Amino acid sequence: MNLFHELLFDYTLRNVALGCMILGTVSGVLGSFAVLRRQGLLGDALAHAALPGVCFAFILTGLKTPIALLIGAALSGWIGMLSINQILKRSRIDSGAALGTILTVFFGFGVVLLTVIQKSYAGKQAGLDKFLFGQAAGLVAEQVLTMAILSIIALTVVVLLFKEFKVISFDPEFAQSISIPTHVVANMLSALLLISIVVGLNTVGVVLMSAMLVGPAAAARQWTNSLKKMLLIAASIGTISGLTGALISVLGTKIPTGPVIVIVLSLIVLLSVLFGSARGVVWESLRRRKRRFVEGQR
Amino acid sequence: MNAVEIRDLTVAYDENPVLWDVDLDIPMSTLFAIIGPNGAGKSTLIKAALDLIPRAAGTVRILGKPYREVRKKVGYVPQRGSVDWDFPTDALDVVLMGTYGRLGWIRKPGRAEHELAMHCLETVGMADFAHRQISQLSGGQQQRVFLARALAQEAELYFMDEPFAGVDATTERAIIDVLRELRAKGKTVVAVHHDLESAPTYFDRVALLNVRMIATGDFETAFTQENLVKTYGGRIAVLAK
Amino acid sequence: MSVVLGIALVAVATSSACALCGVFLVLRRLAMMADAISHSILPGLVAGYVLAQGPNLLTGFVGAAASGLLTVVLVEALTKSRRVKEDAAIGIVFPALFALGVFLVTKFFDNLHLDADAILFGVIEYSPFDEFKLGSLMLGPKSFWVMLGLFVVNAMFMTTFFKELKVSTFDPELSKALGFSPSLIHYSLMALVAVTTVGAFSAVGAILAVALIIVPAVTASLLTYRLKQMVAISLVIGATCGLVGFWLATLVDVSISGMIATTLGAVFLLVFLFAPNRGVVAQIIRRRRQSARFLAEMLAVHLDSHEGTSDEDEESRIGHLITEMEWAEPQADAAIATSTNLGWIVQTGDRLQLTSEGRRIAQSVRNR
Repeated sequence: MNLFHELLFDYTLRNVALGCMILGTVSGVLGSFAVLRRQGLLGDALAHAALPGVCFAFILTGLKTPIALLIGAALSGWIGMLSINQILKRSRIDSGAALGTILTVFFGFGVVLLTVIQKSYAGKQAGLDKFLFGQAAGLVAEQVLTMAILSIIALTVVVLLFKEFKVISFDPEFAQSISIPTHVVANMLSALLLISIVVGLNTVGVVLMSAMLVGPAAAARQWTNSLKKMLLIAASIGTISGLTGALISVLGTKIPTGPVIVIVLSLIVLLSVLFGSARGVVWESLRRRKRRFVEGQR
Repeated sequence: MNAVEIRDLTVAYDENPVLWDVDLDIPMSTLFAIIGPNGAGKSTLIKAALDLIPRAAGTVRILGKPYREVRKKVGYVPQRGSVDWDFPTDALDVVLMGTYGRLGWIRKPGRAEHELAMHCLETVGMADFAHRQISQLSGGQQQRVFLARALAQEAELYFMDEPFAGVDATTERAIIDVLRELRAKGKTVVAVHHDLESAPTYFDRVALLNVRMIATGDFETAFTQENLVKTYGGRIAVLAK
Repeated sequence: MSVVLGIALVAVATSSACALCGVFLVLRRLAMMADAISHSILPGLVAGYVLAQGPNLLTGFVGAAASGLLTVVLVEALTKSRRVKEDAAIGIVFPALFALGVFLVTKFFDNLHLDADAILFGVIEYSPFDEFKLGSLMLGPKSFWVMLGLFVVNAMFMTTFFKELKVSTFDPELSKALGFSPSLIHYSLMALVAVTTVGAFSAVGAILAVALIIVPAVTASLLTYRLKQMVAISLVIGATCGLVGFWLATLVDVSISGMIATTLGAVFLLVFLFAPNRGVVAQIIRRRRQSARFLAEMLAVHLDSHEGTSDEDEESRIGHLITEMEWAEPQADAAIATSTNLGWIVQTGDRLQLTSEGRRIAQSVRNR
């Protein structure tokens, strides 16, 4: 009861818990599409590619307008994605190498800008580290509100265009043949993916963002064979890991929130792969053993 | 009016032509086979007709008009191997995708669409599998689901890329029944086909293609030993007994 | 030893050691495994330090290699279960291990300088101050000797098993048939990547280590098809960018590792745009040049296939190129001009006719 009370009325805990839950929901849904379109690592690359944009936005506006940092992050992530697409289109470089190149180069450039900032704005950039490596414990109400608004926008688009997103994820060629502009819809999905990454940056940070996108989707897939249910389950798993992680880290220990969320999430993935009702490995091997037993009896 | 009229179609990937100056007329209400060896450009021909890939030269008229003006009257069955069958969806849901083109943006399929999709599944003998996850279907059953999806497009003209590839005997019979039913309703079917033996019994007319058009017409005139040798080179010896 | 020389040595040794592993990793389409391993060695490194009760190089290496291999095993297990596809498996395994690593750091080394910034960015700037001493002899930065050692280990592995690596990279089935276990080679290569990353990461940070592994090899792959040349070019690009990046960083006083990655990116961009054969510019020029000829060829084939047929008269009209072949007017003009110049066609009124040369060309291009 005490915990419940604190969750509602403790300012810090409420913000952290809400922020992590929002992130879990939106990244669960958009990560599902990314995973189904075999872009499981795109989120990781785009999260890293966001760094130079954040730095430029900081140099231009300072920390007074957090929304500018988000926009900077999204823009530079978008440029990263366009670069990846161009590399894939105009050379024989495989997608992994293209992702790796853009990820490291953009991030490296971001680090250069970061040192520029450290030099010229000594002391004032304290908030910037949080922005990059995520410090859920430092979330304030205003940030949570921004996250909520962005997420609601993203989720509304998913609800409205669910049918289009489904068909281009399953069979892009057929989608194009019925005059769905495949590129436009795919770009919209990527834009929404970027929104969820931007939402995640100041909560779990660059490195762990990949898990927030891939984890809920990979786990949810084991419990259902329907896309709609998969999205709902992924959102729930994301939300639950967010909440659990926030509670464990704020209440129990001094361990940063992001890693706790990811550890919880990874355990859920492991349990789902083993025991998921739709595709759990354990059920299949039990069935196989039973069949072998029955055949042995004959 | 012909169902399909292709004039001077050349398609190239990076300046390497896969189709050279192809002319083709496909009359209405026919079952039409496109036949040729691997790499002959059969799938490319269909994709170019559907505006899925750019053309280096040539015009395509479908029902007398450019594709984008008549796309709602055209159904498409891609190759089965072109999608990830592990996708979280069931047979009925895939068939429902056939109604998406008519529905347009944002609108979701309603009861009428569900009934239509169920009916199409029945037509291909797959009604019992409506709620089966698609990865749990056999290759032939997956092919029938794709066919049902095209039927749900309620088109006048259907393009099918290798509908008989790797399917079981039941599926083959089910598909050919559906094709004949479509013809009886005045629809046109253009299919890429690779089995020379069954082609004359399944289809009305044929085009022999190997990068360029070798011959086209009814089986009597076009499907001759000489044309087959031209299409397949020496490899035909075994097949043409 | 001077600070500048010390850093330069570390930069060159690190980039060379990394570039060597990178070539095979990139050719095996495993570039993102380098990214994954560079993050997931953290728990192993920390566990190694915990066992040695302090930052011990040897236990650190062993732990890191072990968790690098654990990453490979876990990704493979998840992929083989067919429940999760490979990209998603990588995307969940490395953050999980990284998170575990951060957990261990906060648990055991809260006071130690092993924070996330240092892990990701590295502090090559400090490397000259940690010198390798032999008695009273100062032998330069420790990181330099570590990376030189790793470079030698990598080079020895690559030269000894060059043939096996080559076969198992391009044809795993053949490799198996010849008796070189592809998975043994795979795991050895991954262990080397892990160990090299650990060495590189204390000097230049995890992300730059990945940049140094992937980017030179990717860039080299745009410049040559030959494996040995690719190795050589990667080494040159890695080492040059290491030095140039360092020099630029001192010039404007910014992060050295960040600047090296940026330089690598700039070189990649230049090569991507201007590589002699596969560069974007070369492609555009080739396409321009070919497209005039290709238009002429299409015209020749078109005229040839209608020669002697009943519709020849209509098909050879200039206007027909625009209505039926759907060419824009400039395309049609270009095709006619090029063909006329090449002596493939002659024009009478608005009719086009093939010359015997044109006929020969049409038949030969159609059959190629």
